[in-house]
Order: sequence, then structure tokens, then C-alpha cells
Amino acid sequence: MAEIIRTSPHARAEHEEAGATEAGAWAVPVDPATGGGETILEVRDLVKHYPLTQGIMRRKQVGAVKAVDGVSFDLGAGETLGIVGESGCGKSTVAKMLVQLEQPTAGAIRYKGEDITKLSGRALKAVRRNIQMVFQDPYTSLNPRMTVGDIIGEPYEIHPEVAPKGSRRRKVQDLLDVVGLNPEYINRYPHQFSGGQRQRIGIARGLALNPEIIVADEPVSALDVSVQAQVINLLDGLQQEFNLSYLFIAHDLSIVRHISDRVGVMYLGRIVEIGTDTEIYEHPTHPYTQALLSAVPVPDPTAREHRERIILTGDVPSPANPPSGCRFRTRCWKAQERCAQEVPLLAVPSVFRGVDTPAAHDSACHFAEEKAVVPH
Amino acid sequence: MLLEVRDLHVEFKTRDGIAKAVNGVNYSVDEGETLAVLGESGSGKSVTAQAVMGILDMPPGRIPRGEILFEGQDVLKLKEDRRRKIRGAGMAMIFQDALSSLNPVLSVGEQLGEMFVVHRGMSKKDSRAKAVELMERVRIPAAKERVGQYPHQFSGGMRQRIMIAMALALEPKLIIADEPTTALDVTVQAQVMDLLAELQRELHMGLILITHDLGVVADVADKIAVMYAGRIVETAPVHDIYRNPAHPYTKGLLESIPRLDQKGQELYAIKGLPPNLLNIPPGCAFNPRCPRAQDVCRTHVPPLYDVAAGRQSACHFWKETLDG
Repeated sequence: MAEIIRTSPHARAEHEEAGATEAGAWAVPVDPATGGGETILEVRDLVKHYPLTQGIMRRKQVGAVKAVDGVSFDLGAGETLGIVGESGCGKSTVAKMLVQLEQPTAGAIRYKGEDITKLSGRALKAVRRNIQMVFQDPYTSLNPRMTVGDIIGEPYEIHPEVAPKGSRRRKVQDLLDVVGLNPEYINRYPHQFSGGQRQRIGIARGLALNPEIIVADEPVSALDVSVQAQVINLLDGLQQEFNLSYLFIAHDLSIVRHISDRVGVMYLGRIVEIGTDTEIYEHPTHPYTQALLSAVPVPDPTAREHRERIILTGDVPSPANPPSGCRFRTRCWKAQERCAQEVPLLAVPSVFRGVDTPAAHDSACHFAEEKAVVPH
Repeated sequence: MLLEVRDLHVEFKTRDGIAKAVNGVNYSVDEGETLAVLGESGSGKSVTAQAVMGILDMPPGRIPRGEILFEGQDVLKLKEDRRRKIRGAGMAMIFQDALSSLNPVLSVGEQLGEMFVVHRGMSKKDSRAKAVELMERVRIPAAKERVGQYPHQFSGGMRQRIMIAMALALEPKLIIADEPTTALDVTVQAQVMDLLAELQRELHMGLILITHDLGVVADVADKIAVMYAGRIVETAPVHDIYRNPAHPYTKGLLESIPRLDQKGQELYAIKGLPPNLLNIPPGCAFNPRCPRAQDVCRTHVPPLYDVAAGRQSACHFWKETLDG
């Protein structure tokens, strides 16, 4: 599989013309442009299926929830890749696999060329130090019985080489300072902090081991509007200070645009469109991206009269039984016979191939066309 | 005027003292009008709505002062059985979390039909037919087949439609929707808001939309009341407030949200945190976070100054805020 992905655009086109099958659809060509410097994380054909079983004694497997079904992307050093999608699209499962909280069913996650899904023991521990996570809910992701100092310093228990015992307190206080909290709060407990402050504690814990990559899963969605901006600015600042790479997962498209260099849109376990923020927000070519963008309420009452909205019908189908062919076809206004038969590949659509336009970015639609939906 | 809230105060007795959740709120809604109440958590927007509906837990809650006039009648002075008749038939509420607001062990049809059995004395059989009718009205596909299903068998968007159907059952004059789409995905949120707006137009109801989302407000509201620490800090027709806010808090909120249509530089962030309701700062509650705060803001509570027709701001420096 890996060979197929790494082929040239020319070979990619041939592959597509040969007609994609269900299996072939996993071969997702990836745009080499990663914004920032060198690529430090390559995700290839990542799959996570959760088995559905029946029976009490024999636990016969009767199917699988296809939470993530062939996701590929690159993350460059110092870059922010935003992943957007609705609930159930698999974005959080991707995050969990990146930090190895879940084992992928198939696929590879290469950190500096090394597939971390195949690692174990000491080698895995070393990699984990460099990929850290910030969780969504600052109320449940901090242990209420531990002091802030213990929470932020806990990573050092597992990775003592980063900070020898004597220096830990000093390090934790530095981290508190870095995330904008008073270093004297080191002996306080989580309940003594507000939601925004708790999220800062979660970020400090994520930074403790000097990681290169931070996976942030909905880091601001539990916060109040006026506090969200503070935390987003903090994340922005930390990225510049420490040259961090972010994988930023959120359902709020405005926040994702603000923070991301590139954006991937997920639907039912697959990336349907990926490109730079301008390509995705101003030149979307996939109907799902267009519908998603047009549904976002814009804080401008003058826009409501002359804004075209695409209101999708129905709900997201179950990932245990996704539609054949294009998974979006059951809600798509463009869907035709071909969409049920043939899985669209994530590649530059043939109409835009070789054309110098921002619309020429990867989009998994047989009938991709540009449509501006965000008002200016 | 359909509903008028006058000088409403609500407080809660807690272990640590009295939490002043609502401190003198005034607002009004007319038939066919949409008022958006905007605020962060703890601003008192939901508590005000619960007081209007009469579903506050008392104790620990208490309404020391204020009037809630529904069609000219102060509902706070009514006996509970009279109040109950207004609830449902006169005004109804849609809650944020449909799954926890619906009874998991009763079928959707039973819960919808209950409205007619209790309020209209209908038979169970007739009430079921009514339930199907309501489900069709909120565009739930295959309503006849699904009327006997239970809440967990519906998706989030469909459950919220059932909540809307329940609120509409007795054709109330006023609907209070408390964060009706916050728990929903963007594409489903658009469906539900569209439905709500359409039904409101059709039935000419008053709608109070409680939300923290400036985008949702801009899409549907006629006028806005912005709340902070239990007070309304600014009220205005929807177009004015987005074009030119007259209160530093509103201005800060508008500047602090990332925009879909532009990749901004650093976001403006309102410094500090919303106040603790047990200990609201003296003077203007926003003064510790306000870039414009002067001595007068720390000593004198600003009244709601008339800024223009239908526009008020509770800021001593509203003129300066409007100009810059």
C-alpha cells in the first residue's frame, strides 16, 4: 500500500483512471506541501475498526464500526493542521491513535520516518515523549485529588531523564509562567481554577516533556467565548516560541481557520478535502465542505439576507454501515449513479489538474467544482 | 406587549453565601418578535428564563423583587395551578439537551400526547393521533411508524425536533429556547434553526432565544439583550449592535471571536474572568476587565442609558465606546 501512496502525480492519475475499488480508495495521495519545514509526521491509510460482537459466550464478530477508514496526511515542523468534521466523523479517534491511546487496525503513523504503531517498550516510550495531547474537557482531564504541581510534574515520573528530581519544582513553576498562570499556584487543586485556567494547566502538562507535536482535541470548545480567545492566543504564542507542530481538532470552523495553516475536512471516517486555509475556505470544491461552511452562522446580520445556504437533509449515516461508494452521497445534492459505485479518491480533481488555481487541491468528489460559500 | 420582565432579581442561597444570579433585568418580547439573550455561562440568561417559565427551584432560589408580565398579568403573583395552565398553553420552553429532557422509558408518542391528555383532557387514542400530527409538523420522516419509538432511537437533531414539537403542542404565544442548537452539529444546527424560525413565522409566536453564539444571534434575532453578571449591559436592534456596539463588553466579545471569512492576526482577548456571583465587583461588574474603566466605574453602577431609539447601554462611557 505504501508504494501506491508515494507514487508521482502521474502514476496517481493512472491509478485513478484504472477505476478505484473499495480497497483502492485507501490509497490516498497526499499533497507534498506541508506549509512549514520538513515533514515530521506522516500518517498513511490509518484505519480503526471497532468490532461489533453478538452473543455472550462466543462473542462472535458480526460487523465493525468503521470509525476511521483510510486517513492519510502529513504534518510539517512548526505547522498547524486543522481537522474539522461533525461528531462521529472519526477525528478524535485519529487523535487517540496519534498518541497511541488506541492501536490502529491498519495503516502507519511515521514519526521522522519511523512507524510508531510497530514500536513497543523503550522505543515507544521515547516517541511518546515527543507527541503529547491536550484534551477537550478541562474539568474531567485533571485529577481532582492532585495538586497542580503534581499534575504538571507527573510526566517527569515516567520520563525522569527530562528533569532530574531536584529540578522538577522549578520546571513546573516555569511551565505555569509560560502558560500565563501564577507560579505560586503550584500547590493548589484543580477546583480552585476556572475553566480557562484549567485548560492552561492541561496545556502546561502537554508541554512538560518538550514535545515536538501537540495533538489538541477540541481544546477550547468547553470554554466561554471571552476565554476562548485567551487560550487560542496562548496556543499561537507557544507554537512560535517552541516551534511546535499542532494537530488541531475542532468542530468550530472559524477557530480552525484562525489557527491552522492547512485544514482537512473529515466525513464518516475519511478525509474528503484537504488544503491550505485559503483553498478550503475560499475555494472549496467538495460538496460536504461547501455545506459545512455555508451552515456556519456568521456574526454579521447583514449577511443573512444575501447569503446562500446549503441545508443538508438527514443525518450522518452510521459508521457501522456506511454507504457504498462515496460516503457523503446519501446527503449530497449532486449524487448520481457513479457515486454509489465508485469511491472517489482524495486527489486533485481532474477538472483542475494542471490548472493554476487555488481550487486545484485534494478533494474526494467525482463532481468537484468550485463554489464560494463564505461571505466576504 | 406579550411579555415584559421588569426589574427582576433572582438569588440563590448557597453554602458560601447568597449568589446574586439576576440583578434587575428588564426586557420585553412582542408577538412574532425574536429576542436573543446573549451571555456567557453564569451571566444569568438561563436563570431569567427559568424565572419567566416558573421552573426555578425555590428554595434555594428566591425572587426578592421584580415583575413578570405575561399579557399584562404578573405571573409571579399567580397561584401554582394557574401558573401551570399558562405553562404549556401560554408559554413553552425548549431545552439544550434533548436526551436528558425527554423521559427515556416513555415512547415519544406518549410524551407528546401527554400534553393533550393533561391540558386538554383528550383520550389516549386521540392524543396519539395528535402526536403524529406534531411530528409531521416538525418534519420527522415516517412519523406514523416512529411515534412508538423511544428517545434513544432518535438522532440528536431528531430529538431536538421532538422537543420543538412538544413546545408547540398547545400552540403557545411565547417560546423560550435555551441554547436549542448548542449540542448539535453545524449542519444539523442549521436545519433545526431553520425549522424553528419557520414555525415562529407561521404561528406568529414570540421567541426568546438564549445563546452564547454571536453567529446564531445574527442569523435569526430582531433584537438583542447582552447580559453580564446578572444584568443587561446592552440592548439594541440586531443590526446596530454588530455594526457599532455601545458597551465595551459587547465590543470585546465581537472582537474576540475568530471569523470564518478572514484569517486574522492575534485575537483580541478580554482579559480576566467573569466575576464570581457571590462577590460581584462594586460599581459596574465589568470594570476589572474593561479597558475603559475609570474611578466612576468602580463606585457607581451604570444605569441603562438611552443611546438611540430602542437602544440602551449600561456604560458610563457609551458615547466614547460608540465613537471608538
